[in-house]
Amino acid sequence: MATTQATKIRKSFAATERGTVWRIIAIARNAFREAIRDRVLYNLVLFVLLLTGAAIFIGQLSAGQEKKIIVDLGLSAMLLFGVFIAIFVGVGLVFKEIERRTIYTIFAKPVSRGEFIVGKYIGLCLTLLVNVMVMGTGVSLALIYVNRGWHPLAISIWPAILLIYLELMVLTGVALLFSSFSSPALSALLTFFIFIIGHFSADLKGLATSMGSPGARWLFGGLYYLLPNLANLSYITPAAHGRLPNVPHLAAAVLYSLIYILVILSVTTLIFGRRNFK
Amino acid sequence: MTTVIEINNLTKDYDVGFWRKRKVRALDDLSLTVNRAEIFGFLGANGAGKTTTLKLLMRLIFPSAGTARILGRDIADISMHNRIGYLPENPYFYDYLTAREFLEFCSELFGQGPIERSKRAADLLSRVSLDERWWDIQVRKFSKGMLQRLGLAQALINDPEIVFLDEPMSGLDPVGRREVRDLIAGLRQEGKTIFMCSHILSDIEVLCDQVAILKRGRLAHVGNLDELRRQAGDRNRVEIVATGSNADTLRFHLPESDYYQLTSTASGLRIEVPDEKDIDEVIRALRRTGGQLVSVQPVRQSLEELFLCDRDPVIGP
Repeated sequence: MATTQATKIRKSFAATERGTVWRIIAIARNAFREAIRDRVLYNLVLFVLLLTGAAIFIGQLSAGQEKKIIVDLGLSAMLLFGVFIAIFVGVGLVFKEIERRTIYTIFAKPVSRGEFIVGKYIGLCLTLLVNVMVMGTGVSLALIYVNRGWHPLAISIWPAILLIYLELMVLTGVALLFSSFSSPALSALLTFFIFIIGHFSADLKGLATSMGSPGARWLFGGLYYLLPNLANLSYITPAAHGRLPNVPHLAAAVLYSLIYILVILSVTTLIFGRRNFK
Repeated sequence: MTTVIEINNLTKDYDVGFWRKRKVRALDDLSLTVNRAEIFGFLGANGAGKTTTLKLLMRLIFPSAGTARILGRDIADISMHNRIGYLPENPYFYDYLTAREFLEFCSELFGQGPIERSKRAADLLSRVSLDERWWDIQVRKFSKGMLQRLGLAQALINDPEIVFLDEPMSGLDPVGRREVRDLIAGLRQEGKTIFMCSHILSDIEVLCDQVAILKRGRLAHVGNLDELRRQAGDRNRVEIVATGSNADTLRFHLPESDYYQLTSTASGLRIEVPDEKDIDEVIRALRRTGGQLVSVQPVRQSLEELFLCDRDPVIGP
């Protein structure tokens, strides 16, 4: 009996050491399931209706511009819907768990706070991925429908869709960070501000260089490096004109986003790891 | 006996107030040990610090001072959680999941494979007597008692060595309470250690080998029930029931009649004798008044009396 117990204990500890990935996957799958069952993906219905309407009516109203308008409208709607999900679901990811005390049963299991944060984050990113993939396919199909046949834009918009997805991943991280220490309303507001300011990063840099006072230069320079540069991830208008981002631009955007997400999740884990769940 | 839970000078202060922060002590210098395969009852009024202690042990909150070890490992060591189970007070689970899905999710957190997960979930749902019709229904439709059963099942998902239960009988009907009581007793039979907080003193009295009582965040008593009764000054009280006599007549024949507590009840005259050495005196008085003896039995001070007795906190052995 003692041997069985010892084997069991050894097995359980071995499971902990190699189980980080399993636990993160389990939490991510559960967060994805939550989003599905809470009908988050219902926004797709609205998107499809919007796109169908655009494909049928706008094309008739704007001679020769229909494909550009479909891409513009489709990708902008994709970004907007994604931002809403990233902000409103993102800020509730952790808060709901604390509020409903579901977190008590999770942390009584061998789950670290970092694993929990990363799992929740991946779960929402998966939801956004499904959202973006379905919407992207919808836009491609709408382009084929409007063109009455194959059109290169149906493929060339996908790098822009990848950049939109990266932007949503960054915003989800920001929402998660704020929700790890503040209320959902404040977190949503702050994330929305970051989304707006992030699109004007170049202006922040310009302000930093043009300011006379060293204090102001330091402030705007600091903000430029601290806040996510979302302008670099925005490629909707060029995509509507059939332009493709060059590979170094795309690679730099992917690398920048991944590093930014890594840093932001580390800070979130650090803050969340010190929280008392009263 | 092996010590499986060791708490040393555990203290928790909370900051209250917005502008002028001040500290409120929720738990004050708690030290105690729990041995393997015993049921340890943790008692205290609301706000006494029971749930705070459990949250500290589960690392949901962090101590202001002191340390604790479970199964020889510091509570900061997450791997230790592979070997424990925890049922929080008024548990609430992911309401979009079914009971079966929730248990399978919990099982997945312990790295169990799909077949093992499914089998374990079904076994435990049967064990906590949750009607099979409810296994595949979303938890949001569950009653409080059903949630409590599911909570017990998830606390046992990893076949833990120690189970921490915060108010395990809460929300259960008498039949459910009995079933949970039997379940807890069964866990001890399997060699598991149970650390349970409860307000239902009769359950603690029936189940627990050791009991600790917290008062205002401080440990007031700790020990087995006999030790606690001794600490509280319990004497060998005896209750005599007799018929054929009445309280006034008997009081006339008893020396120092105020010493005895006489009560007329439907089943006869109840005489509480503060010390068993005085039984003969009472029986002689009964015979003199023509009364017939029905029963003589010892009266143990109940845990409730001990729990309610208003005395300054005393640290037990």
